[in-house]
Amino acid sequence: MNKLYIFLKYFFIVVWTVFVVAPFLWALTTSFKDFQSVNGGVTYIPWVDFEPNLEGWKVLIKSPAKGGVDIIEPYFNSLFVTCTASLISIILGTLSAYALSRYTFKAGFVKNNDITFFFISQRIMPPIVLSIPFFLFLSSINLLDSLTGLIVVYIVLLMPIAVWIMVDFFNKVPREIDETALIDGCNPYQAFLKVVLPNSIPGLIVAGMFCIIFGWIDFFFAFILTFTEVQLLPVKIVALNSSVTPWWSLSASALVSVAPLIIVAFIVERYLSKGNLSGAIK
Amino acid sequence: MDLVANNLSYKPDDQYHLNEVSFNFKEGNLYTILGRTLSGKTTLLKTIAGLLTPDSGEIEFDGKNFLKVPVWERNVAMVYQQFINYPHLNVYENIAFPLKQRKMDQSIINDKVMDALKSVGLLGYEKRKIQELSGGQQQRVSLARSLVKNAKILLLDEPLVNLDYKLREQLREEFKNLFSKGLADETILIYSTTDPRETMELNGEVIVLDEGKVLQVGSAKEIFENPNSLKVAEISNDPPMNIIEAKISDNNIKFEGINLEAPQHLSKLTEDGLKIGLRSSDIELNENGQEFEVELAEISGSETLLHLKRGDTKIIVSIEEVLNFKIHDKVKINFKIDRAYAFNADGKLAASPFGGLNGQN
Repeated sequence: MNKLYIFLKYFFIVVWTVFVVAPFLWALTTSFKDFQSVNGGVTYIPWVDFEPNLEGWKVLIKSPAKGGVDIIEPYFNSLFVTCTASLISIILGTLSAYALSRYTFKAGFVKNNDITFFFISQRIMPPIVLSIPFFLFLSSINLLDSLTGLIVVYIVLLMPIAVWIMVDFFNKVPREIDETALIDGCNPYQAFLKVVLPNSIPGLIVAGMFCIIFGWIDFFFAFILTFTEVQLLPVKIVALNSSVTPWWSLSASALVSVAPLIIVAFIVERYLSKGNLSGAIK
Repeated sequence: MDLVANNLSYKPDDQYHLNEVSFNFKEGNLYTILGRTLSGKTTLLKTIAGLLTPDSGEIEFDGKNFLKVPVWERNVAMVYQQFINYPHLNVYENIAFPLKQRKMDQSIINDKVMDALKSVGLLGYEKRKIQELSGGQQQRVSLARSLVKNAKILLLDEPLVNLDYKLREQLREEFKNLFSKGLADETILIYSTTDPRETMELNGEVIVLDEGKVLQVGSAKEIFENPNSLKVAEISNDPPMNIIEAKISDNNIKFEGINLEAPQHLSKLTEDGLKIGLRSSDIELNENGQEFEVELAEISGSETLLHLKRGDTKIIVSIEEVLNFKIHDKVKINFKIDRAYAFNADGKLAASPFGGLNGQN
């Protein structure tokens, strides 16, 4: 029984690892292949099965005039838009969430829970429903095809996530901690900044992670709200596809685009393993 | 510097949390607020701290309108029944927090924190994280944090209730020492509790609170000797005072076929609907006594609590030793009837073995 358990345990771990790692390996090897190696049957081991070359990677930085796609600018556009929008969403979302968690609002039949639901409801709607209003809105304020316009839209999309996660988190931080801070001489702003916020770092990290992920992977709004002036990475990657599918450069761009998320995941994992995410509040 | 309140009322929903509460607290004194859970003790303390604003009424401190002073400028300290500390700070930083908030000198802060740590017996724990401490130690940290401020008003909201029995006894002893050291001649100490024993041990001025209303104010001794109503008698005794419906006639107290000679202080009472109150410790096992049936026997610490029944009358007897009883056992008990109280039909004190009468104590 015990041996069977151990066998099953490792069996599933191995299967799962293959499941998770295989696409990465596939993308990694493919990115160093050329047309022949991709179409020439099953080839995985570089220098044995095929001769690796950097063509797929070079396409990404070559200018379009030389037959490349130049993802460098879209890459930094994406980084800038995602980080700025996430940061603003976290700041605004955390403040709103704290207010919703600690103070009672009432306007007719609208109460705290309704306001929280209103935030979440922004995410319930299918994006396509939002696309036309967003388009008209941005064009009316002349922000179509601009980074600022995208940041505005992303804040609308990301802030609900921050509010939703943080309301729940603040509700779990005992009110008495705020009260104790007030009694110990903090005004409400100091109580929030010096006591509540430092105890909410785990929640901030989770909310930040979700914002960054959702912002980074968005294709739909980046595609609809930009044309030529500004381009974001996901749109550019799709543009790579042509009559002959360039698997090598697609793989390379996929790896490049997933890199920031892996870095974020590693940092959070470090933080997690230090035990900082648990036990902050008993 | 007195803390004076006039007719404080707070009614956030259908029920009064505070109902016309008035008091006059003088500096250098200890006040105990005794009441059952949900009687409004925490609400009262929070109102004094400034965390709640009453719907009506006034609080004055040092002659100034206290309601206009925000919490963070009131110079109060409060210890909660839950062990509230700042989880992101270590023990030292926790205690230093209110002093840093006042922008005190680092060296003064250091001295004060060390003093406070010493007085709660936590020297050597400075670097520990709060989560690494036991409940009792956590509560000591929050006590130290409130002591270090030299607050003019120190509020303790059932500080011992979440601790286990042994720690509770130990910390209660330490509290007594701290308070009697004359914590400060200018501090007003307000301690809320559900435990009558704590009230008696702390021996301060007692305010009995029930459903947001002040039922009685007096020294611990007065409350013990002359509870002015049935409710106070129930709240200020643990186990609650036994209430027996009895008739007094011909100098006899009669109930459930038992006839007891009325002591002098009860003999003059003749009105209807009298209730006799007798503490569980004023009933003893006695071979020649009245027969009752055991409903439940519980051992609590070193004493045994016997829940007895005869007819419709149910009483609790506490015995100062550990004894084993079976349910439905018959026991014989003797009432120390000269220590009995009498309450009239409205629940007001009608006669007390200590001579006090309603309104006269």
